[in-house]
Amino acid sequence: MTTTTSDRAVRGSRPAAAPRLPGLLRLALARTAWEVKGFARERDAVVFVFLYPVLMLAIFATVFGRQEEVLAGSGVTFPQYFLPGMLGTGVMLSSFQTLAISVAVERDDGTLKRLRSTPLPAAGYFLGKTGQVLVTTGAQTALLLLVAAVAFDVPLPDDPGRWWTFAWVAVLGTAAGSVCGVAFSSVPRSGRSVTAVVMPIVLVLQFISGVFFRFDELPGWMQQVAGLFPLKWLVQGMRSVFLPDEAQVLEPSGSWQHGATAAVLVAWLVAGLVVGVRTFRWRRRDDG
Amino acid sequence: MTTTTGSPAVEVRGLRKTYGDKRAVDGLDLRVEHGEIVALLGPNGAGKTTTVETLEGFRRADAGHVRVLGEDPASAGRAWRARLGVVLQSTEDLAEATVREFVHHVATFYPAPRDPEDVIDAVGLREKAGTRARQLSGGQRRRLDVALGVVGDPELLFLDEPTTGFDPQARLEFWDLVERLRDEGTTILLTTHYLDEAERLADRVVVVAGGRVVAEGPPADLGGRTARRARVRWTADGTVHEEATDTPTALVARLAERFGEVPGLQVLRPTLEDVYLELIGEVPSPAVTAPAARTDVLEGSR
Repeated sequence: MTTTTSDRAVRGSRPAAAPRLPGLLRLALARTAWEVKGFARERDAVVFVFLYPVLMLAIFATVFGRQEEVLAGSGVTFPQYFLPGMLGTGVMLSSFQTLAISVAVERDDGTLKRLRSTPLPAAGYFLGKTGQVLVTTGAQTALLLLVAAVAFDVPLPDDPGRWWTFAWVAVLGTAAGSVCGVAFSSVPRSGRSVTAVVMPIVLVLQFISGVFFRFDELPGWMQQVAGLFPLKWLVQGMRSVFLPDEAQVLEPSGSWQHGATAAVLVAWLVAGLVVGVRTFRWRRRDDG
Repeated sequence: MTTTTGSPAVEVRGLRKTYGDKRAVDGLDLRVEHGEIVALLGPNGAGKTTTVETLEGFRRADAGHVRVLGEDPASAGRAWRARLGVVLQSTEDLAEATVREFVHHVATFYPAPRDPEDVIDAVGLREKAGTRARQLSGGQRRRLDVALGVVGDPELLFLDEPTTGFDPQARLEFWDLVERLRDEGTTILLTTHYLDEAERLADRVVVVAGGRVVAEGPPADLGGRTARRARVRWTADGTVHEEATDTPTALVARLAERFGEVPGLQVLRPTLEDVYLELIGEVPSPAVTAPAARTDVLEGSR
């Protein structure tokens, strides 16, 4: 040791004007860019979350026939009927599944703890996640619409009112899925088990919510169970965008139920937010 | 927010933290002045990490007075965090981005960060700047941890067991890095269970065992080491004799008068390790102590 305390420049003991902390908007943008880049580098996740709905649409459309009508005389083809389901699934995967897994893994590997030790506010972290989900969902939805229109001749609406419905259903669905994903990230005991816990939920919801099968052909009790969860409403809202109004005969209720769709999605958004904020942890359970 | 002159960087009185029925920290006192490097030294489970994580604001104390840079970590905000640098104990995060990306990104969280490129140079990761963290060696990752801890230009840096798992060369280089930070005026609270690390880096060592401070002082004086009695050993009539004395020179002179060349002469002074083991309650048994390995032999005794 060559230096003694008295020789050294000592900081902190001199008064200094406190520089301003970076603003939330700047941090949110920096975090969004970071999260998007990180997501894009997880190749397996990109392939799964991004291409899964496109692949499923292609498989189902091919199996059931591109030109076959869902109901004779309805003018609705199978690809057209499945497109809303795949859009809903895509939103759920890139919001709920991605966040439930990534937040749990980041809690487990110490990313969250490290961030907590910096002046990054919690809101900056969450806005970054939200930004990443919005970017992913937007790109994935655009890709799905393109494939559906070009490869499967699904007619896209030209009525602005329908695109408005599309916008609020997609945004509410993404928001509800995101907050529920963050809330759910505290459920698995570790980051290693999170995929195993999330996958069955996501799969079961897809089967009972009218993603893979015509919803009106499912047993009544299954429809009622599905009605408790947001995916069914998300998919139904998407059907109201991409199917003609005559196709309301394919709905068990006989109508698109926009009011109920908005109410259920908002209810899950609020519930997810309340639970998520109360249960969020920066550290692992076993970390004191 | 600025620190008022005179208040220490860290002030802890009577810190207590219990997990279940285990008292992890049991009435610990600690004071770190601005500009100091203080090492918290102790065995695993002594309460070092619990203490440091309480100071960092990760854990809430059950009882006690805690002030870090003049604020209570349990309620301090972003402006306070901006003045701290934290290097956590072991990290497994940081995978899919490069060293350069990490350092630049974390710098954006701070109001007045250091130049990220200077920081990369300072921690010796220039050649690895474009490498993803996943591909770094353990020592290089730890340097990245330090880079992220100091890029905000902290007044106070916490280093929690920074060199665990390092090879000897990596440790030497790491110590140089810590000393450069200290020379730039950063106050550092270091936890370690390596005695040589504490001896090399710390102005003051605080020995923790069972959740409390059992000794503190400059490494050379720890436990009154300089005042400790030397032990003089020699062989006579086929048996080893040993005598503890405050005046070893006089004793050796007497022995020299008696024997001429004293057979098997050794003058032993306790090393930091002996003192430490005694402080934490694991007194080294003389039978196990290999004199050649851990004692200072008086010059001219051969």
